[in-house]
Amino acid sequence: MANFETPALREYPVIPLVQEGTMAHSRPFVAKPDIQASVGFPGELVENWEQKAVVKLGELVSQSRALQVFLDSCVKCGACTDKCHYYLGTSDPKNMPVARQDLLRSVYRRYYTFAGKYFPKLVGARDMTKDVLDEWYTYFHQCSQCRRCSVFCPYGIDTAEISMAARDVMDHVGMGQKYSNEIIGKLHKIGNNLGLPEPALRDTLEGLEEDVKDATGVDVKFPVDMKGAEVLLITPSADFFAEPHIDGLIGYAKVFHAAGISWTLSSYASEAANFSMFIGSHDNLHKVAVRIRQAALDLGVKRIVVGECGHAWRVAYSFWNTLIGPFDFLDQNYPVPQHICEFTYDLIQRGALTLDKTANDDKVVTFHDSCNVARASRMGNMPGGQFVIPREIIKACVNNFYDMPADTIGESTFCCGGGGGLLTDDLVELRVKGALPRMQALQQVVDEHGVNYLAAICAICKSQFTKVLPYYKHPMDMIGSVHGLVSNAIVLNAKQ
Amino acid sequence: MSLLTVIYALLFYAATALLAGGLAYKIWVYARTPQPLKIPTTPAPTTRLGVAVRMVKEVTVFESLFKSNKWIWLFGWVFHLCLLVELLWHLRYFTEPVWFFVPLLHWFIVFTGFGMLAGLAGLWARRFLVDRVRYISGPSDHLMLALLVGIAASGLTMKYLVHTDVVALKAFFLGLLYFSWQPLPADPVLLAHLALVSILMMVFPVSKLLHAPGVFFSPTRNQVDNPRERRWTAGWSAEIDNSKIGRPG
Repeated sequence: MANFETPALREYPVIPLVQEGTMAHSRPFVAKPDIQASVGFPGELVENWEQKAVVKLGELVSQSRALQVFLDSCVKCGACTDKCHYYLGTSDPKNMPVARQDLLRSVYRRYYTFAGKYFPKLVGARDMTKDVLDEWYTYFHQCSQCRRCSVFCPYGIDTAEISMAARDVMDHVGMGQKYSNEIIGKLHKIGNNLGLPEPALRDTLEGLEEDVKDATGVDVKFPVDMKGAEVLLITPSADFFAEPHIDGLIGYAKVFHAAGISWTLSSYASEAANFSMFIGSHDNLHKVAVRIRQAALDLGVKRIVVGECGHAWRVAYSFWNTLIGPFDFLDQNYPVPQHICEFTYDLIQRGALTLDKTANDDKVVTFHDSCNVARASRMGNMPGGQFVIPREIIKACVNNFYDMPADTIGESTFCCGGGGGLLTDDLVELRVKGALPRMQALQQVVDEHGVNYLAAICAICKSQFTKVLPYYKHPMDMIGSVHGLVSNAIVLNAKQ
Repeated sequence: MSLLTVIYALLFYAATALLAGGLAYKIWVYARTPQPLKIPTTPAPTTRLGVAVRMVKEVTVFESLFKSNKWIWLFGWVFHLCLLVELLWHLRYFTEPVWFFVPLLHWFIVFTGFGMLAGLAGLWARRFLVDRVRYISGPSDHLMLALLVGIAASGLTMKYLVHTDVVALKAFFLGLLYFSWQPLPADPVLLAHLALVSILMMVFPVSKLLHAPGVFFSPTRNQVDNPRERRWTAGWSAEIDNSKIGRPG
């Protein structure tokens, strides 16, 4: 067990006083040269890296209106200072969004602005030094890119954009993060984050077919590479292996089965996640995503549906059309891509599914809005559909549902503490402490309503909660998939 | 023509040129820089009209700030509103005949100078009293507040304590506009007020005051949430060519 104390839950949420340096020791493992090479970056700190970092930073800013505006516009009003779960959980002031941005802004100012060039002390501009680089590595790996700060900033400054840029600069000078880069490398090589080759994938899915047959007596299929299927399902590879993710996958399969819509997975594009977003790498972002276009064309599908995964849904919803579109070869009568929740909700609306809520009567459920779904995407055709649709699905599947406090859900949702490429054991202290605000809110509905099931639609959230719930005295299996609830409630072959 | 008049005349020409030129340059940079991906903070409007409404709410009632922190919102909003009324009120020194709506502001102008000061005092107090805001405040943040407080205080001093010759002052500014220079009243408080204002104008395009044009260009606020409906490309994303990928044969 790691050497730190789990933060105490209070009667009410408290904004902690600043305690400098409490997380200065927290940094993830640095990527080894072979891992760096697998994602196209230098293996160790390059010669002349200070200059190269500064040039790269300038290049990134000139290519991004967001960075251009965000780096100029902050007035240090302080509105964001109490919004980051990592600040709330660690008290380290460099985890306040504005202070995190300033780690990079100070360097940008020094080299690219009048005030920073001629009056560096006045505006807090700094030279690019090894200390600065180390500080970047430490604190830009304490941002889960959840965008909560961007909701509350009067100019919409999004620290996620800045931390992506910082990580991209670090990668370009040879200081990459092992966890994210290793995973992206595996995807390039094998097609999914887990490095699960096709035979193992087929094995797993056959096993699932048997399990479902045993449990329900129904032949629910989990097809792979089935040409001519109607739907290509792109889902996080954690759904194939991890608990409670796998219950979600079983749920999707049962929904497809009940709706009578043919579907398939792809062994070539067996991953919805795209960690390239976390490291701000455009090339990798495109390279990972383009496998999906390839698979959709090869298999001749008409629709693409995306499984439960937060950042993957952001990439799919917000970026796919840009990165791997146009999708003129798919059926335009359906949104491209479509979230599995949109898919299921649509079927429920049309009365195409038979759901028995009593199957979930042992559960009192609450729903955790995953940050990338909440603040970087949408479901359905109205703004905020991403909050309505998953809840409607849950309510169609369970009798007991209670939301957590309003300022901790919806667009104000707190990150699980493990997003943005931080879901690694070398950052477990950060992850536990960063989960504090969510755990605080959860505790409230546990105490008031006896909630015993935390539903989520994100592979990272599910893994993160499995890990951190026990630190806060909850059972690890309290976290589950929304489609795990669907899986329990759905009545197969009900119409026969 | 006194040396003082010449100095201030040149100062205001320089300040105006720097403000206008600097802002125009920055706005050009913001407008020219592509935003390759769709990144609106959602829920976001799905139409251009919706975005316009979101932006109007953002810049008139500071919607996001209101969600965030009621104290900062109160002080910041009062300050900006009072500043706006004061700026419009000051048009009477630059227009002849005075634009029709300016005299109507005299009901408000009784409060606005004090409103500015009160708002600034609140914001400045936070920089000392709230430990988080103290931590993020740098010298330039304090100087900017000092500058604005100086402008408001010198203005109020002239309004209530040491009056200046406003007729001559107006003649000076109209003279600047029509390139027919007129003498500037040599009142110390007025000179201080004008010097501070010209400093503010000059630092505007190289300081955090760029939040004013910046907010309009902020992609998280001004993008339409329609990435599935319309393919978005700009900058590096416009160079992506997927036409060779995956087509059989």
